[in-house]
Amino acid sequence: MQLRPTEVVQAVVLPNTYRDSVELMRLAAELEHRPGVRRAGLMLATQAGRAVLDEAGLLTTDVEAAQPGPNDLIVAVAGEPSAVGAALGEAKAQLAGSAASTSTGAQRGEPPPRTIAEALSVAPDASLAIISTPGAYASAETAKALKRGLHVFLFSDNVPLEDEVELKALARRKGRLLMGPDCGTAILDGIPIGFANAVRRGRIGIVAASGTGLQQVAVLIDRDGEGVSQAIGVGGRDLDARVGGAMMLAAIDRLGADPDTHVLVLLSKPPAPEVAERVLGAARATGKPVVVNFLGEHRLQRDAGVVRVVTLEDAAVWAVAVARGDAAPPAPVLAPALLADAAQASARLRARQTRVEGLYSGGTLCKEATLLLTERGIPHRLLDLGDDEFTVGRPHPMIDMRLRSEYIVQAAHDSSVGVLLLDVVLGYGSHPDPAGELCVAIEVARRAADEHLVVIASVCGTPSDPQGLATQIDKLRAARVIVAPTNAQAARLAAVVLESNVREEVRA
Amino acid sequence: MASLLGDAPRLLNVGVSGFADAPSAAGASVLQVEWRPPAQGDRGLGLILAALEDDADDPLGARTAAANAEAMRRLLQARPVLEDVRPAREIIQALQDRTLLHSGPPIEWSQMCGPMQGAIIGAIVLEQWATSPDEARALASQGQVGFVPCHHVGAVGPMAGVVSPTMPVVVVRNAAGSNVAFANLNEGLGKVLRFGAFDASVLDRLRWMGAVLAPALSRALHAMDALDLKTLTGQALQMGDEGHNRNVAATALFTRAIAPSIVRTSPPEDAVAVLEFLASNNHFFLNLSMAACKVGLDAASGIDGSTLVTAMARNGVEFGIRLSGTRDAWFTAPSTVPDGLYFAGYGPADANPDLGDSAITETAGIGGFAMAAAPAIVRFVGGEPADALDATREMQRITFARNPDYALPPLNFVGSPTGIDARRVVDSGTAPVINTGIAHREAGVGQIGAGIARAPLACFEAALRGLAGRGDGGGGV
Repeated sequence: MQLRPTEVVQAVVLPNTYRDSVELMRLAAELEHRPGVRRAGLMLATQAGRAVLDEAGLLTTDVEAAQPGPNDLIVAVAGEPSAVGAALGEAKAQLAGSAASTSTGAQRGEPPPRTIAEALSVAPDASLAIISTPGAYASAETAKALKRGLHVFLFSDNVPLEDEVELKALARRKGRLLMGPDCGTAILDGIPIGFANAVRRGRIGIVAASGTGLQQVAVLIDRDGEGVSQAIGVGGRDLDARVGGAMMLAAIDRLGADPDTHVLVLLSKPPAPEVAERVLGAARATGKPVVVNFLGEHRLQRDAGVVRVVTLEDAAVWAVAVARGDAAPPAPVLAPALLADAAQASARLRARQTRVEGLYSGGTLCKEATLLLTERGIPHRLLDLGDDEFTVGRPHPMIDMRLRSEYIVQAAHDSSVGVLLLDVVLGYGSHPDPAGELCVAIEVARRAADEHLVVIASVCGTPSDPQGLATQIDKLRAARVIVAPTNAQAARLAAVVLESNVREEVRA
Repeated sequence: MASLLGDAPRLLNVGVSGFADAPSAAGASVLQVEWRPPAQGDRGLGLILAALEDDADDPLGARTAAANAEAMRRLLQARPVLEDVRPAREIIQALQDRTLLHSGPPIEWSQMCGPMQGAIIGAIVLEQWATSPDEARALASQGQVGFVPCHHVGAVGPMAGVVSPTMPVVVVRNAAGSNVAFANLNEGLGKVLRFGAFDASVLDRLRWMGAVLAPALSRALHAMDALDLKTLTGQALQMGDEGHNRNVAATALFTRAIAPSIVRTSPPEDAVAVLEFLASNNHFFLNLSMAACKVGLDAASGIDGSTLVTAMARNGVEFGIRLSGTRDAWFTAPSTVPDGLYFAGYGPADANPDLGDSAITETAGIGGFAMAAAPAIVRFVGGEPADALDATREMQRITFARNPDYALPPLNFVGSPTGIDARRVVDSGTAPVINTGIAHREAGVGQIGAGIARAPLACFEAALRGLAGRGDGGGGV
């Protein structure tokens, strides 16, 4: 960051002031909005935190000299001197104010609990702990919660693999579920946890090693009039060889014994082969019909009560059919209206626009689209903006649209890009108006590309979600985005739009 | 529908507060845990801590829970009875040859603070091991006198806590067990040995206490019903005392209880002198309170695997704690200057770091832990009456029990937070709060203020490492 001659950087250290990263990033964004403030950063003085501030040109020598420790908070602001001073004052005031408790269920005058043990003395009937501490500390918190007999929803990532193995063994000994690490979504007893959609309760149980995979399947089940009994996330690594599918197996046992679950849906990226066998064996042993999507399957396979499908959409469609006792459902096809839109869009493209630029907030959705485009030989670059490299010091793209908006505008300046492919994920925890925000950038991009840009999106959501499915779709359509009903169809539609250009280029 | 979370689901949210929104909106009750990294950010110690968590299905977790339950049972059921007042050498073995007791964890003469050295000089002259303070100082620095912590012989002493062979000590017996504890007698305020003064007036008073006060108390005690110190303390807590820095109600109750027997068993001049002494010393009960706390905590000591804190003590240089599960081991860190109000003309630069065994009161659930009972204390230590209530509430976070014998009226008669769990201290980063006097760093000047001291977190961290390292397992997930 190049400072103007009149600009300064000022920083203060607030000792023993811990706040979670989301609160700090929100406050930083607020400060940056103030006139005269160029940049603001609030980070705990861990090695990583100091490095982020240093990168941003916000680590001052007097802060370094103060030798702050990992529980101390550095607040740094760059900009015009008067604005910087006021911003620091505002930050300190807000941080002091935010020390007050906002918890529900705290007795009048009692300070809020600081530990799980303390919380359990206030609420001994608690049955689950949601844990989203920094990864370095998540193992200890999870161990404490499990030992005290709680289920755990573990959102934190950067938890060592050895810890995950031990913790899942502990969970099995205690007969409890450890959902995670790196678990973004669950719906238990109809209660949404993490990033989850408002879906009907019903007879289909989902066990997923993938957050947006779970979300996509759940919303499609809801769309087709069925419902979800339990949706259990198990964390992205659960089906790795060392973890051995520990939690997926535990969840299959539970849902197998659950009278309200009639169909099991299992979702994951491809598991280690021996794990896949064990998981499928356990699922079969429940005697209930099973629908499986291990991302990357090439064709539908049916085998004694287990259906292995190719896409998340297939998983939902099959689960609904099986729940109803229907015969095999027809494979989803792109609707004629959609194909007509695709043809029109294709006509607007120049010959050299042959590739897809995908900008995703959901990792599984990104992977699914990547596989489908690869299969169809369409050049593409699909970015999972929720990946670690993009989220250091930044909120997740499901919550914050700024990074994606930047990439959208950039794409318009890349003459090889013909299709911009997006996922819009609704539900609890997500941005209150992702479509509205993204459409601003989309309009800018469209103008910059002189209308030679096709934008295709799918919206993962339900009418009951806080954002409202219909409203979000309307906004996208008003910005002339082609809205496909599912992620798989959006990817296939992108392929259709670019097919002829790609063929021409290959011929040339 | 079959239920995974129970009928009225209650969730804990540990970390980012936003995760409470979705389940709350769906009707679940969510309790936010105001989480911060445990063990001051030390990940390895945090994992040791997790391994010590109660868990009926795990050997270490089960043993910790059972050990703590037993330790707490013994502490809460202790019945401290004031049995006698005797010369220390008659009942404390260690005081047979040239040995003196002192407060806090072990320390050598050359490291001792001013007030403690002054008290030792006074005691050496009192015992006639030397004829002058200079001679006494030489004796001490040449290693001719042994120094033993009060705690090592079942005793406690406020401030310098120096006890010599001929000094009288109170004998407090645990009627619910069999152990005894001792404490010296409180001299009053001003120029006194425990603040390091050692001139003629100090030694004269000490001689009078040994020759007149102690025997009178002893005769009186033998001629009356047993004096239950816990009951007395419980009453005093409902009269505005907290048992460490405010002892006037307890002293008055004690004086009222023993006065008739003193009159009956002592010659009139002695009775008058003793009663006048008690009437003029608002802190007389402190030493009895300390011995009562000590006898209960000693009964709870030595239970394998227990994380109950059984002592907090300062020698003016180091702050030391003990855990039940590690029995006699000390875990120490530098003692700090208390935060508080100073008498006119004095300030923090004059202050000695926190000193004395009187933190045994907080260790047993009174003193700073019962501050809610004594909002008036804020006039001496600073702050507002509401702060006194908050202090007790804060201590609830790190204690096992609410003591039924110590009901606190300003908090709706909830029992005082009793029994410090070292795990909770380290997990929450909440340091025990201690109400304390502030001594001048030079021997003999005396008290210069009063305030709040915090036990150093480092002591509790070291203690848990010590407990875990005893081949008991611990460490790892």
